[in-house]
Amino acid sequence: MALLDVHNLSIAFHTRNGSITAVENASFKLEPGQTLCIVGESGSGKSVLCSSIMGLLPTPPARIESGVINLDGKNIINMDNGPLRALRGNRIAMIFQDPMTSLNPYMKIGNQVIEPICLHKNLSRKAAWEQAIKMISNVGLSDPYQLMKKYPHELSGGMRQRVMIAMALINKPDILIADEPTTALDVTIQAQILQLIKKIQQKINIAVIFVSHDLGVISGIADNILVMKKGEIVEEGSADDIFYHTKHPYTKNLLASIPNCAKLDKYDNKDRNSQNILLSIKNIKTYFNQTDGWLPSNRQLVKAVDDVSLEIYKGETLGLVGESGSGKSTLGRSIMRLVSINNGRILLGDNNLASLNSYELKLYRREFQMIFQDPYASLNPRITVYDALTEALKVRGVSSTEKILNEVNELMLDVGLEPQHIRKYPHEFSGGQRQRIAIARAIALKPKLIIADEPVSALDVTIQAQILELLLNLVKKNNLTMLFISHDLSVIRYMSDRVAVMYQGKIVEMDNTETVFTQAKHPYTRALLSAIPVPDPINERKKYMSIAATYDTAL
Amino acid sequence: MERVIDIRQFERGRSLWQDAYTRLRRNKFALIGLVFLLCMIVLAVFADIISPYSYETQDLYLGATPPSTKHWLGTDTLGRDLFTRILYGGRVSLMVGFLATAVALIIGVTWGTVSGYMGGRIDNAMMRIVDILYALPFTIFIILLMVVFGQNIYLLFLAIGAVEWLTMARIIRGQVISIRNQDYIDAAISMGLSRFRIIFRHVLPNVLGPIIVYTTLTIPNVILLESFLSFLGLGIQPPQSSWGVLISSGVETIEEYPWLLIYPACVLSITLFSLNFLGDGLRDALDPRIAKD
Amino acid sequence: MLRYILFRCLQAVPVLLIVISFTFILVRAAPGGPFDSEKVVPPQILEILNERYHLDDPLHTQLSDYILNLIKGDLGPSFRFPGRSVNELILNGLPYTLELGLYAILFALFTGVLAGLLAASRPNSIQDYIPMSLAMTGICLPAFVLGPILLLIFSIWLEWFPVSGWGQFSNDKILPTITLGSAYSAYIARLTRGGMLEILSQDFIRTARAKGLSEATIVLKHGIKGGLIPVISFLGPAMAGLLSGSFVVESIFQIPGLGRFYIQAAFNRDYTMIMGTTIFFAFLIIFFNLLSDIVAAWLNPRIRYGSSN
Repeated sequence: MALLDVHNLSIAFHTRNGSITAVENASFKLEPGQTLCIVGESGSGKSVLCSSIMGLLPTPPARIESGVINLDGKNIINMDNGPLRALRGNRIAMIFQDPMTSLNPYMKIGNQVIEPICLHKNLSRKAAWEQAIKMISNVGLSDPYQLMKKYPHELSGGMRQRVMIAMALINKPDILIADEPTTALDVTIQAQILQLIKKIQQKINIAVIFVSHDLGVISGIADNILVMKKGEIVEEGSADDIFYHTKHPYTKNLLASIPNCAKLDKYDNKDRNSQNILLSIKNIKTYFNQTDGWLPSNRQLVKAVDDVSLEIYKGETLGLVGESGSGKSTLGRSIMRLVSINNGRILLGDNNLASLNSYELKLYRREFQMIFQDPYASLNPRITVYDALTEALKVRGVSSTEKILNEVNELMLDVGLEPQHIRKYPHEFSGGQRQRIAIARAIALKPKLIIADEPVSALDVTIQAQILELLLNLVKKNNLTMLFISHDLSVIRYMSDRVAVMYQGKIVEMDNTETVFTQAKHPYTRALLSAIPVPDPINERKKYMSIAATYDTAL
Repeated sequence: MERVIDIRQFERGRSLWQDAYTRLRRNKFALIGLVFLLCMIVLAVFADIISPYSYETQDLYLGATPPSTKHWLGTDTLGRDLFTRILYGGRVSLMVGFLATAVALIIGVTWGTVSGYMGGRIDNAMMRIVDILYALPFTIFIILLMVVFGQNIYLLFLAIGAVEWLTMARIIRGQVISIRNQDYIDAAISMGLSRFRIIFRHVLPNVLGPIIVYTTLTIPNVILLESFLSFLGLGIQPPQSSWGVLISSGVETIEEYPWLLIYPACVLSITLFSLNFLGDGLRDALDPRIAKD
Repeated sequence: MLRYILFRCLQAVPVLLIVISFTFILVRAAPGGPFDSEKVVPPQILEILNERYHLDDPLHTQLSDYILNLIKGDLGPSFRFPGRSVNELILNGLPYTLELGLYAILFALFTGVLAGLLAASRPNSIQDYIPMSLAMTGICLPAFVLGPILLLIFSIWLEWFPVSGWGQFSNDKILPTITLGSAYSAYIARLTRGGMLEILSQDFIRTARAKGLSEATIVLKHGIKGGLIPVISFLGPAMAGLLSGSFVVESIFQIPGLGRFYIQAAFNRDYTMIMGTTIFFAFLIIFFNLLSDIVAAWLNPRIRYGSSN
């Protein structure tokens, strides 16, 4: 008998505006010690499925329409609240996506970690505290005695996620449900957390349900995989089957959307000479004063961009890669002069843009345009697409209504949207469509340089692939120069001619893309490259083989 | 390749305002409040046409009488028709309410927008001033002002407006800051648009929602403050009446002629209810995050 | 944290100075007041005033003298009752006002928080609508409306409670307390509901549920710490409102407290009394605002311990 047996599960949400089917006829089995990964894009129903196993669905709007969830043969749907609560945190535990908000900021770490033990195992507070300390050190955190007395805001994201894992596993549950636990973390931290989960699983033999939108992440840890699309399981099988013998077209599309090769249209190196420099950036320093509390005397200086110099050549795409806090976005915004820089020169031809006042700067503004990360925040929700594009066109000097209409028409077609929607408002479009509108707005001004700040990070993988293609086509067609900022190395490799790697405000390596990816020199670059999850199970698993057992078996 | 395209052939989208309006229509309490409010305004504005009596005609032989067909809500101790006095009182109370709120609105929105958009030292300085003023016990100051300078209706406006603009400024500043941080403002800046245009085209339309909500919720506070002062004898002076004045005289004769207290009190309370329900409804309609479903 | 407290205290000083100066200048400028040179003042009063206030000295000297006196705790003589000082009169009325205020805020906190918690634990249900409708009523029935109506119903018609006084009968404190406290109870109920709903929608509440904790534990242990911060912050301004509300309630129920004194002094044009009590009230209000801000900040671990990343 399987540990968890889900059979024909269907869940729907009933709101005033209608009913939405979130999960339709889902069936799968989970054996003890197995790792089952559920993969899907947004709206696939994977999170709803997991919440239903925990009994955490908000039941007024949500309703389980049919099906059973059998834990050890007993159906837990419609179980009474008391017995259901006895399972949570005890036999089934769950960790969530955002470690920054998943811990109670008003309670000490220690008090939160001992809660599951005190609740389910009836231990004294002292004994529970001891157990918690052991668990905290088992998840790789140092100085557990001190850590237990701290508050969440004193810990980093990676540390908090480890605490979450400790808290979830402290009662040695049979099943751990992990809902996108590494999506909000940096690549290097992600690799560590994945290793941790794998290591603990091997030691105490728990079954893991791991949800992700990223096939690369799960390729190394999955035994079996479910692929979900719009509430249905479209394909299931072992990891090898899914990756090497893919059947369903959707899964094939997902795998094909992951950028996994170098850029196709290469930039000609001969064109990189001093005549062809578009923008020269010298010694940029952007510092922020981070006031601790309300007091001026307690300032911490954050060196977001610490003495960066680089050149961008006409017609090339320069990739800028780094983890969070590396300063890559700040560098982009500094070049755009959306933040004030403390020092440095931005040379466009002979003009130093950094020294211009805001009035003089306005004349140059239209030469640089930016595409932002969040498609939901980059368009003014109160004006129509037509108005937004018209505003940009008018800056360029297009005045007559006919000309404007024609140009708007062209722009919409260029970015792959139908012109008949121009009188609609941003909220009537999907995320990917909004990003296209933002791109249209940027190219409407016919800028010399486009800075793309994580333009696809907030989009689903399949949409991401489309937008990247669009950008490549536009760059080629209009001979644009682009600075492409991302934390995703695979995307950078696919889009850039050259790559600059940023770490803590400095550029640690900069060279042609393939050189960086195959012959990286700086240790940070190498660490970054080794942490990228590749959708290739056989190679990924090798990473987890050699895990030393420094684990307290006497839990 | 120029083709003539008629924009009207394209389908219009649904703006966020339309969505909000639909949500508001569903809120029955807010609609009832709106209806009451409009009725009250109409009655107050057309008081002289509606009522055959004047608010100051006394009929000392009559004295205080309970409601009858001739005097719908009765008369007060000097024989004046209560219904009329309530209507005229409504004129004063509502006028003070709307005008003082308008003063607070103009000052508060300007202050908050400038402070929030400019940021940095200007923001710090402007908010420091607001903080200091906020800490002052204004109610007491107003009482002091009224005592010292006598009861002048324009002074009343100014004094009440001076109290309320602070809250408005703080709220608007908060909203402006959160909008300022949105990427579309950065996009507008990088197009080279003037500050003026950015504020009026991109910032204010998105702040308009909270402005409307808090204005609607400020009006009852103002009416309350005015009634409170008039009750203490420091606001509007007889023979002019406001609801506070009527309630004040009603309290004096509470045992013998309770209707002189009850009717003005009811009217005041219902008006406050209406404004508050409407304000709450507007808040739910314009900010769906806090809404019920 | 200590730094925060010091900083806030320092901020309060300019406020106090502004209040004192403003009051001082205002009273001086009052047409027809004792300081108005046109007015004919009885000689004994004039003598006291001259001696006390050095009316021949330039204005700023008078102001600094007054401030110095204030620091010593001396508010000057009463104008209306020469021979009795303002301090004396304040101390006479203060106990009543303080007691009334204390009972009112306790009533408001107890009923408000309870109502808010009930409403927040089952939003959009009957358990939500009833307390919130009552709260709306509390806001729209100000003290000067509620008081007389309660008097009418419970003291005059039903004769359950005495009509006036404080402390003379066993149950004469109930109606004034309810009258003064009901509006604040309403505000606190709404703030509690809002604060709790905001907290309960956060991710860490989902984590708590995933651990198997009961709803009651979640609300009372995890939710309350953050959810009540708006209420604590509100207590400062609430004290200010209670003080001005006490004017009305003491007038209606004939309680010999400071509020009623203040109003009487206002009508009697007892300027020194007005000046003294205004400053005293202002000081109380500023103090309570400071206190509630500091407590609210203390409850937030980020401010209490600072971020040490």
